[in-house]
Amino acid sequence: MSNWIAIGSINDIPRRGARCVKSPIGTIAVFRTAEDEIYAIEDRCPHKGGPLSQGIVHGAQVTCPLHNWVFSLETGEAQGADEGRVRTVALRLDGETILMDADLVMAIAAE
Amino acid sequence: MKQRLVVIGAGMASGRMLEHLFEADPGAFEVTLFGAEPRGNYNRIMLSPVLSGEKTYDEIVTHDADWYRDNNVNCRFGETVTAIDRKRKVVISKDGETAYDKLLIATGSAPFIIPVAGKELPGVMAFRDLDDVNNMVAAAGKPGAKAVVIGGGLLGLEAAAALRLRGMEVVVLHLMGHLMERQLDPAAGYLLQRELESRGIKVHCKAQTKAILGNDRVEAVALDDGTVYPADIVVMAVGIRPETRIATDSGLHVERGIIVSDQMVTSDPDVLAIGECVEHENVVYGLVAPLYDMAKVAARTLLKQDAAFRPVQTATQLKVTGVSVYSAGDFADAEDREEIVLRDASAGVYKRLVLKDDRLIGAVLYGETGDGSWFFDLMKRGAEISEMRDTLIFGQAYQGGAQLDPMAAVAALPDDAEICGCNGVCKSTITGAIVGKGLTSLDDVRAHTKASASCGSCTGLVEKLLASTLGDAYNPAAIQPICPCTDLGHDEVRRLIVAKGLKSIPAVMQELEWKTSCGCAKCRPALNYYLLSTWPGEYEDDNQSRFINERVHANIQKDGTYSVVPRMWGGITNPRELRAIADVADKFAIPTIKVTGGQRIDLLGVKKEDLPAVWADLNAAGMVSGAAYAKGLRTVKTCVGSDWCRFGTQDSTGLGVRIEKFMWGSWTPAKVKMAVSGCPRNCAEATCKDVGVICVDSGYEIHFAGAAGLDIKGTEVLCHAKTEDEALEIIVALTQLYREQGRYLERIYKWAKRVGSDSIKANIVEDLEKRRYYFERFVYSQKFAQVDPWEERVNGKDAHEFAAMAEFGFPQAAE
Ligand code: SRM
Ligand SMILES: Cc1cc2nc3c(=O)[nH]c(=O)nc-3n(C[C@H](O)[C@H](O)[C@H](O)COP(=O)(O)OP(=O)(O)OC[C@H]3O[C@@H](n4cnc5c(N)ncnc54)[C@H](O)[C@@H]3O)c2cc1C
Ligand code: SF4
Ligand code: FES
Repeated sequence: MSNWIAIGSINDIPRRGARCVKSPIGTIAVFRTAEDEIYAIEDRCPHKGGPLSQGIVHGAQVTCPLHNWVFSLETGEAQGADEGRVRTVALRLDGETILMDADLVMAIAAE
Repeated sequence: MKQRLVVIGAGMASGRMLEHLFEADPGAFEVTLFGAEPRGNYNRIMLSPVLSGEKTYDEIVTHDADWYRDNNVNCRFGETVTAIDRKRKVVISKDGETAYDKLLIATGSAPFIIPVAGKELPGVMAFRDLDDVNNMVAAAGKPGAKAVVIGGGLLGLEAAAALRLRGMEVVVLHLMGHLMERQLDPAAGYLLQRELESRGIKVHCKAQTKAILGNDRVEAVALDDGTVYPADIVVMAVGIRPETRIATDSGLHVERGIIVSDQMVTSDPDVLAIGECVEHENVVYGLVAPLYDMAKVAARTLLKQDAAFRPVQTATQLKVTGVSVYSAGDFADAEDREEIVLRDASAGVYKRLVLKDDRLIGAVLYGETGDGSWFFDLMKRGAEISEMRDTLIFGQAYQGGAQLDPMAAVAALPDDAEICGCNGVCKSTITGAIVGKGLTSLDDVRAHTKASASCGSCTGLVEKLLASTLGDAYNPAAIQPICPCTDLGHDEVRRLIVAKGLKSIPAVMQELEWKTSCGCAKCRPALNYYLLSTWPGEYEDDNQSRFINERVHANIQKDGTYSVVPRMWGGITNPRELRAIADVADKFAIPTIKVTGGQRIDLLGVKKEDLPAVWADLNAAGMVSGAAYAKGLRTVKTCVGSDWCRFGTQDSTGLGVRIEKFMWGSWTPAKVKMAVSGCPRNCAEATCKDVGVICVDSGYEIHFAGAAGLDIKGTEVLCHAKTEDEALEIIVALTQLYREQGRYLERIYKWAKRVGSDSIKANIVEDLEKRRYYFERFVYSQKFAQVDPWEERVNGKDAHEFAAMAEFGFPQAAE
């Protein structure tokens, strides 16, 4: 069972941009690609904690603003030679409303 | 006794259903067909050619009076069903009640009308049925009539193109950044826009309609950005929503559409529904192919035969004569997918295939759509394409039999194939010159044949010809591409932006054949700078292509907080500014205040959400952004000069302040730092700056191309100026030349080394006319640059950057 909670409208996020959602596991970065796909990942780079929400979004990837690691928004995996991954959070779109899987967030928080 | 079947809606889905029904068992039902429109079933899809005049209404009728008569259909056209009473199994319309044993709802969709003031004015219309078309045609009859079409999707563009063919002046307003954003990426959207504009249609993207204006009929449309377009008619083509009102009122299960099973049965076993009004497995369809499948299933269900509707992939095509756009499947990009993109800008062709696990899952074709159905077929069959991957994008003709790789495809071109359109050079001329004259490089070919010497868009083809003619002997000159998204280097991209008049990032990516659809963190900021510096006032800055510091006008720190550095002109400050800085540090608990190496004060550790409020207080004390984050003018350091110093020869502080006030706000390829020292003792360290001035008794020595960061290098002397005015003009002209020639992230000393100090001196020192020209161009671009970005954001710009979208905590435990 998932507990989907509404976190805002897709229109609140610029294309190729991100917004932050504050949650019990810290900030979650919610991205919108040029093609209107949405993804959520923890807003903490596994390298040195850079806020990934502040990076440049290209395709379904983001480049960390601190030292330019590139992450897949879909899998959370670091790309290229860098190794690491950031946790992803499931999202769903209902019309224009973005829903986040809060149970998953709580499960991570409980870890 | 025959069963009574009542059908609500005489549209495309119900027409097809009745055909199947009568074909399978003509006698099974006694049919009554209600239609709100005063006519029978016709091919709604073909309304666009009727609107443009390319077809007549009669040509698109699918079922005529004879057909209804032959099949004993009781036609009730022009009669809207207002209610369904499921208990008593009757439908209600203005002529009373009609009883049914089985009911089929096929009410289609209703056009979505955006809720703006003036939407009810006469002259505002949708594009859904023949009445709408007739109204538009009538309006187009008036000479010089103007139409505004709201919506740049399939429907809106078909309407716009058709109205234009009818002679109207047409403007398309589109909310999104590019046309048909649901089908096309920005680059292909740009191609389409250009094509439509060449037909005289004006396209306004990012257009937020504020109101429709007019007294007793529509007169104009006003946008949020202040633009007003006069209009005799306004066509709303922004979307549709399933027409479910009577179903909802009768208590059927309705979500976005009427919920149906695989058999097309609603929550009431005697009521079926098909078409755009239904929802099946969370999907609502808006194209006829799946609706036709539904029609077939519904007919079988009514006849108690087995059948099940399965979700289908759909393909769309824009039906504007002379423009071909085709899209099918899923073409969003995602991690586990690969794309193959082919751009042939000169031919106006763009193709993009999306692959997943060696299978084709999506395709967008622009300009050349002949292979659409072949791709669609591969997609539907889930065919393994690894064998033909390299040539897949060239289409079906390149498959089968002997396989051709891209190189072989060029080699296979006929001798008289035109390679360079600008200069009319054909293949044999080029290969002939390569062999006959022993040419070995692209430059050789350009010099001898002119091929690829103009717009350069055939460069790739010429290189392949060199490679296929010379084999291994061909070694292309190693230009460093900007990034893996392109083979072009910075200089070529800049040259082509100017030569081809490219004015947006999608335009560059399309025309210059970018290999990715959205670029990367390396090329996008570079392109944004090139466009901004090439087209001041015309190009709209793309914030999302900027590094975070430039996006939020503060420097990000290692812990995700920001630093704030206000300008202190020439390093001069006063008690009021210092007090404001102290107050702001107290008020926002800013942990560190530091004097920088650039003669100003850095407030470090500001929380992102506090930035606008911090800036508001600094603005109130007269301070603006110091652009400590910018690829732009940073600081102009000064010394105290003749005002105080016993050695000072000129007012170095005054000149520094003057330069900084003149040049702040300008974007440059990399940061630019300057300094003015009052005498050769050089206390402002002017001789290691990008541009430095050493004041002397006779005037001003202008230095440039110093470095004191990663590299250390003393400046070179550019020239001597007699007056402050002359010094300013030289420095500004020099900076402008650098703005136009420098590669993104290339500091002045590297640029000077690359182009040569002599060529810089020739432009700025020796040729006074050129110096004036560059000076004027800088002044012009400053008209659009000298806006304090902090003040803009204090006033609400980009508010989304500084606030979280949502917040949630642990759920409250239930009592
Ligand atoms: C604050 C300051 C250090 C200080 O506390 O004094 C500073 C701080 C930073 N410098 Fe610097 N530089 C500062 C003066 C300098 C100077 C000295 C000067 O300007 O007189 C230099 C040598 C001259 C030069 O520019 O080359 C300098 C050479 C660099 C470089 C090397 C540039 C190069 O191409 O060689 C970088 C890295 C870069 O730009 O890529 C850099 C980058 C940075 C960045 C922006 C690092 C970053 O990308 O986040 C630091 C930002 C901290 C912040 O948030 O404010 N900083 N930096 C100085 C701000 C000056 C100002 O008021 O704007
Ligand atoms: C201009 C245009 C171009 C298009 N081009 C394409 C294309 O190229 N390819 C493609 O696949 N699709 C295209 N479409 C979409 C396609 O036409 C629709 O998907 C299709 O018509 C939907 O069929 P339907 O039977 O569900 O609804 P409709 O064809 O809309 O039929 C529904 C009918 O029900 C009537 N009705 C509604 N409520 C009631 C009521 N209460 N009582 C009685 N009658 C009622 C309506 O008046 C309407 O006549 C286009 C649509 C338009 C408008
Ligand atoms: S020298 Fe400049 S870039 Fe290096 S740590 Fe100091 S401020 Fe940062
Ligand atoms: S913190 Fe993200 S790359 Fe270093």
